[in-house]
Amino acid sequence: MIPAPFDYVAADSPQHAVDLLERHADDDAKLLAGGHSLLPMMKLRLATPSVLIDIGRLSELRGIRADGDEIVIGAATPHAVLAGSDLVRAEAPLLAHSAAQVGDPQIRHRGTIGGSLAHADPAADLPMALLALGGTVDVLGVDGSRGIAADDFFTGFFETSLEPGELIASVRIPRSPGAAWGYQKFVRRANDWAIVGAAAIGGRIALANMGPTPLRARAAERALAEGASPAEAAELAAEGTEPGEDVHADREYRRHLARVLVRRALENRT
Amino acid sequence: MQVELTVNGKSRSDDVEPRLLLVHYLREVCGLRAANVGCDTTSCGACTVLLNGSSVKSCTVLTVQTAGQEVTTAEGLAADGELHPVQAAFRAEHGLQCGFCTPGMVMAAVGLLSENPHPTETEVREGLEGNFCRCTGYHNIVRAVLAAADAGHIEPAEVRS
Amino acid sequence: MSILGTRVLRSEDPKFLTTGGVYTEDVVDERLNGACHVFFVRSPAAHARIQSVDVSPALQAPGVVAAFTAADISELALARPMPGMNKQMTRPLLASGKVRYVGDPVAIVVTEQPYQGEDAVELVQVDYEALPAVIDFADALSDEVLLYEDAGTNVAVTFGDASALDEHLFDECEVVTSRTILNQRVAPAPMETRAAAASWGEDGRLTAWIPNQGAQGTQRGLARMLGLPVEQVRVITPDVGGAFGAKFGTDPEHALVAWVARQLGRPARWTETRYENLIAMTHGRAQQQTVTIGGRRDGTVLAYRLEVVQDSGSSPRIGAILPTLTILMTVGPYTIPKAEAVACSIVTSTTPVGAYRGAGRPEATAAIERAMDLFAAEIGMDPAEVRRRNLLAPFTEPHRTAFGALYDSGDYVAALDKVLAAAGYDQLRKEQAERRASGDTVQLGIGLASYVEITGAGDGEDAPPKENATVEVHPDGTATILTGTSPHGQGHATAWAMLASEELGIPVDKITLKWGDTDLIPEGGGTGGSRSLQHGGSAVRQASQELIEVARERAASELEASPADLRFSAERSAFEVAGDPDASVPLASLAEDERLVVRTVFTQPGATFPFGSHVAVVEVDTETGKVVLRRVVTVDDAGFVLNPLLAEGQRHGGIAQGAAQAFLEEVVYDADGNPLTASFADYPFLSATEVPSFELADMQTPTSYNPLGAKGIGEAGTIGATPAVQNAVVDALAHLGVRHIDMPASPQRVWQAIRTAAGSGGSSPWASTAKENA
Repeated sequence: MIPAPFDYVAADSPQHAVDLLERHADDDAKLLAGGHSLLPMMKLRLATPSVLIDIGRLSELRGIRADGDEIVIGAATPHAVLAGSDLVRAEAPLLAHSAAQVGDPQIRHRGTIGGSLAHADPAADLPMALLALGGTVDVLGVDGSRGIAADDFFTGFFETSLEPGELIASVRIPRSPGAAWGYQKFVRRANDWAIVGAAAIGGRIALANMGPTPLRARAAERALAEGASPAEAAELAAEGTEPGEDVHADREYRRHLARVLVRRALENRT
Repeated sequence: MQVELTVNGKSRSDDVEPRLLLVHYLREVCGLRAANVGCDTTSCGACTVLLNGSSVKSCTVLTVQTAGQEVTTAEGLAADGELHPVQAAFRAEHGLQCGFCTPGMVMAAVGLLSENPHPTETEVREGLEGNFCRCTGYHNIVRAVLAAADAGHIEPAEVRS
Repeated sequence: MSILGTRVLRSEDPKFLTTGGVYTEDVVDERLNGACHVFFVRSPAAHARIQSVDVSPALQAPGVVAAFTAADISELALARPMPGMNKQMTRPLLASGKVRYVGDPVAIVVTEQPYQGEDAVELVQVDYEALPAVIDFADALSDEVLLYEDAGTNVAVTFGDASALDEHLFDECEVVTSRTILNQRVAPAPMETRAAAASWGEDGRLTAWIPNQGAQGTQRGLARMLGLPVEQVRVITPDVGGAFGAKFGTDPEHALVAWVARQLGRPARWTETRYENLIAMTHGRAQQQTVTIGGRRDGTVLAYRLEVVQDSGSSPRIGAILPTLTILMTVGPYTIPKAEAVACSIVTSTTPVGAYRGAGRPEATAAIERAMDLFAAEIGMDPAEVRRRNLLAPFTEPHRTAFGALYDSGDYVAALDKVLAAAGYDQLRKEQAERRASGDTVQLGIGLASYVEITGAGDGEDAPPKENATVEVHPDGTATILTGTSPHGQGHATAWAMLASEELGIPVDKITLKWGDTDLIPEGGGTGGSRSLQHGGSAVRQASQELIEVARERAASELEASPADLRFSAERSAFEVAGDPDASVPLASLAEDERLVVRTVFTQPGATFPFGSHVAVVEVDTETGKVVLRRVVTVDDAGFVLNPLLAEGQRHGGIAQGAAQAFLEEVVYDADGNPLTASFADYPFLSATEVPSFELADMQTPTSYNPLGAKGIGEAGTIGATPAVQNAVVDALAHLGVRHIDMPASPQRVWQAIRTAAGSGGSSPWASTAKENA
């Protein structure tokens, strides 16, 4: 119920945070922004970092702006801000909608896009949304900056291609005003994680909780590209997935849900 | 380590462990015990307070994260002994029974109404999805929030980015 | 103008809304200064032998004051099973030899500061030799793996004789249908978890602050467990954050906290985490039921049989005897010529089962209401019509059922008619028909439940129910009431003040209620079983009336009149000489020379039987199986309503919990006995988005058993709502051939039922899930 002991330091700047990560490379150091992915794990002692580096209030990591044909979102931007942003609602409404589905209002006041993506919960909203939108994650490390494409970002169960010592600085999303999109999050209870989720936009279809990472429903995407109807394409939604089993759903039911939810997402329903 | 913040309008400076959760700081260090701990998984909202005017679950905020910021608890809502309009509405509508969820529920409602001053019933229910109650079945809580919205005295807040 | 029956706002509320309630963890008292903090090491295994417990690594951790194991507390009394249970099923307060459920307390660690406890508990080393878990009803009954070897069986107790069931019970029936259904295990999960604070005085007396439903019962339990005379124990009840039946009596942890305080010579405190609460506070329900119902095609039910297996969890506590209440209410509000019921209670390697809102009666209603619908489906009759044909006709003279329940008053047909009208039943059926005809993905389901339930029971015919109250009027015009009830959200401070105010003419806000301190109130029945208003409220009214009579004598001498010539004016709170209002004396002034106080005991002839009917409307997404609860319309008739605001609140809360069981909540164990729903993230606790606002219709059929005419309302909503919602879900899919879905109607369960009915599901995967849910 309370975390194991740790040391805490507030970073002055993103670069300072990177330096701190390097300095603590042999300790188990973690970055802290909103803390609403990390602290719940620490309270259950599923994570026991010895150092927390707070980047939550760095202004360099906040803010939403347009930059050419992309929207750039600071990694420490809370979900509530993302959900309420006029710019995002106009230019990438799927993302604004996704952020509005995370947890509950209190969680959305604290949780951040960077934190959620770094946590990489396959059942979460924002990883699925990023995969559907095909954005880029801007990362800062000791060797400078690099961009990681959404398709390359999620590598395993709660694992990303972030190297030790790297932090997410911002997320870039293609602007697509007016593009049809659909988002389906199937839950038993309001503030649950998705039992299965589906998000579709511009020919890309992403699934939540159908495997160890958010997944592209590539067979369904191909069918769609070849002219199949939403219903026909959705029949292939579960191909290539490895759904797990838990108290809410077994594998067979999850595959069924994936097909239903992808169809509904392709029908542009939320 | 030393942390300075404002609680219910008063400045404080205290020496705390980094792992001290804000809810325990408020209860044990500040003596403000209205916020309660009801779960282990950031689910129930009994610990809800306002941080810079926005509702947060204080069980999932480290005290050290609040340096230089403003916390408002249920104890800080009433002015000069008069109930805040949301508190008054909860009483008028019998929106509480055992009272354990109530301070958190009230703070969540204050946060909700500051962002959405005229919610529909559905918006109220969704706005309170992070606050559990076992006694009331939510029926009168929803009535209370809608009544407080009708009374129209809630100050709008900015969502700080 | 009478205050009774009016919507008086609660005097408790300003405190709860501003500074908050003072729950056990909030208590600040000089007797608790310097308290140490108690933590429990709990078994991670469902069934295992304890090979060794090593607390020495914990003793090295920062702030650890002490650590204890079962060997240290050997002088403490065993946690005895209830009377009638298999006596070999006793166990010590800390597990010794064996653990029998995940969460079983094995050792104690005591620290200076609360945060140190979790760190230290992790360091205690316990070696377990795993044994097979016993989770499934069938596994437990087979006795292949015994939880208590010396008991020779996993059956704790039986009720009725299963070998004596009448094999001809259904001979005259044209139609018979039978089903084994699950009334699943749920977690009471009050928002406040369990807690305790203990301090021993220099006089050797224990003062214990414990959230409970009756301080006197908790006191006696503590005294027994600690081997003390009752007078040496004082229990104080702080504000209690909900209980729902699970905070009755005394838990081992309470006694152990007190023992630690005595052992260490300093106060001790404990608050459990939500994880502990979900695995170590008693669970509710957990019955496997076989219902068999038969009758004629014209809708007449001729025979009904109920066979119950009660899962008691790891030790037979209150849960093991609840089937007696289930059996008592077997036939519910119906007239059924032949009916029989038997039950047995088994132990399993799971959390012990206790009382949970309704405690045995929701199970009876859920069984017969499901059976009614199964019968209705079998004969192709509307479920409302089947009920109407079989409900008992209205009665005002008490009616005794074949199971020995004496229903005091009831008009079950009127309740049904009223709720159907309020729900717009015919219109709902019409809408349902339209959606079926158009093949809507989202189908409408309408579910009914008619119920009667027992409230305020005593301890048998020789021990009728009673409650005490003390009322005192003070010279300053205020009054104090002492009650043997124990409110934890029900609003007694306001309700009992209303009753006293009515008699005494003192305003409600000048009347203070006290409860829950055994030094102040040594006797009391607490709050549970929906007893408080009928017993406790009647006692307050009686004490107030008796106080007026005591005061009358004093007024007579004061006014130099004869008592018979005096009239008490409640409007003025004063005695007047009849015909001469200026010759008067205020009630409060009669307390100036000598205390004006009366203690009385109100005794009721027996239990009362509130009743009602519920209609639930659900929408079921036939593609995903998701259930959305659209409406719940109820009649809950508990006789006289003292304060409609409070009564409605009780109904709302009960309906929500009842509905939650039907389509949302369940405690799940895996095959090894690991709890899979041990947090609020995993346990599908109801939130505001899963329920609508409820529609309550008013009906009050008084009882003659107390002067108020009041029965108990606290559990009625739960009892009606669970089967109404379950029946609604099945009803939504009846046209697809679905006849039954076990609770909770989770999306997967519903989807599977649709597939099975459609014939494409193959063999049911639910065999394995039923095993997990047992």
